Amino acid sequence: MHRAKYFVAITAASMIVAFTAAGCKKTPIDPFPSSGAIAGWQKTSDTRVFAAKNLWQYIDGDADRYIKAGVVSAATSDYKYQDRFDATVDVYQMSDPAGAREILDADRSKEAASVQLADGGIVYEQSVAFRKGAYFVRVVAYQQAPGMQQALLELAHGVETKLPVS
Amino acid sequence: MKSRREFLKQTAAGAMIFGSSAAADKLRLVAMPSERKEAAASKVVVARDPSLQSAQMSETRVLDLLDRAVVAYTGQERPLDAWKHIAAQRGSADGTIGLKTNGLGGRGISTHAVLIHAVSERLQQAGVKPGNIIVWDRNARDLNACGLTISTDPNGVRCFGSDVIGFEDHTETWASARVRFSKILTRECAMVINLPILKDHSMAGLTFAMKNMYGVVESPWELHANGCNPGVADLNAMPAVRQKVRYTIGDALSSVYHGGPGFHPQYLWHPNAIVVGEDCVAIDTVAWQMLERKRSEAGLPSLAAEGRAPHYIGTAADAAHDLGTNDLKRIHLMEI
Repeated sequence: MHRAKYFVAITAASMIVAFTAAGCKKTPIDPFPSSGAIAGWQKTSDTRVFAAKNLWQYIDGDADRYIKAGVVSAATSDYKYQDRFDATVDVYQMSDPAGAREILDADRSKEAASVQLADGGIVYEQSVAFRKGAYFVRVVAYQQAPGMQQALLELAHGVETKLPVS
Repeated sequence: MKSRREFLKQTAAGAMIFGSSAAADKLRLVAMPSERKEAAASKVVVARDPSLQSAQMSETRVLDLLDRAVVAYTGQERPLDAWKHIAAQRGSADGTIGLKTNGLGGRGISTHAVLIHAVSERLQQAGVKPGNIIVWDRNARDLNACGLTISTDPNGVRCFGSDVIGFEDHTETWASARVRFSKILTRECAMVINLPILKDHSMAGLTFAMKNMYGVVESPWELHANGCNPGVADLNAMPAVRQKVRYTIGDALSSVYHGGPGFHPQYLWHPNAIVVGEDCVAIDTVAWQMLERKRSEAGLPSLAAEGRAPHYIGTAADAAHDLGTNDLKRIHLMEI
């Protein structure tokens, strides 16, 4: 990609969150809690948005299974918890709830614990994933730290409340 | 990180232990028949340090592990000589060495900064000017994911992505692949040292030495069909890659054995290893074995059973591509 084209894409992505509410395509959705909205969490990056056709720029070969499951777009932001650890929130808008379920099921391994979050969620030591309607959300931390799982769940819940009910 | 003085002092001591060069030559003569036998094989060194497994990886230990790996690989007796041997492969003394990292998986699973800095430091101690080293990847985001800071200062080690310098206008073709190369590869680098990170890959099965070259072209997505086969092999067969990418110093300090190429911490694994070689096919063959062993230990099916065996490795070894060997009998694996 040419430099100018790249910067246009990133700038546009950082200025708007191109998600739309299911059934109301002109309503913009910003699923990312702002700094301080969830106790202890600071948003540390601009939101980047990728259309399905450009998803490979973000997740390379992993894009294939999202595309097969009907991804429409993905948005991502970075967070920090009390200067103790970093995390990334990825929100995937799928074309229908079945797509979100498919991705969540693929994320589930025998170590996963189920968690009551929206239409279903799973939690690991360093990550939380859930689905709500046609949205699939993953929150991942990069270092291990005491109390991490609870903090991740609180951030995930903050995202969940900002997503529309399908 | 070990200082230049400490490094040089240690290597000088190493020379004294091994004795005079004449004595070393005699030893070499004695060893010649077996060396000749080994010359037909592709050497791959897997150097491990189990004590590395921690969030704060020790710089000193990574440097020591790296030195052990390159000494074993090059057959040189002293680390400094090993690094001089590697640096000399770039041709001219002013040639730039590119260190191609991999930060695509994000902060959790990218080439470790501690390894990148270690390679850069050793190259400088071997006489490569800081301005003749470029650490690079697709873009700033990938480099930041490795924990690196962007710098285009020509007096220091440079670190920037193809987003800064752009891609060639000309499209190169090799069999099915049509690509436009990063100008960092084509115009800046006399030689590239490949610094990939070992990962499971949902489409290709495995990503390590050869797959990391997807980060040197403008539209890697176009090479992903059919499990990246023959895309990976075709790309690596292109002269720009084949001629310039001389060494792989593969990061297997940590890895993901499933769910890759993205970071899924539940599948994080610490092989605590550095993999060194020149035969990219042999390296990927060894890496595939490592990954399969871990998957088996974790009770997961093999990549083949999941329908995503990395067939591109075999393609890269075929007569048309001739990039190296995937025949285990022809791979001289040194595990240290």
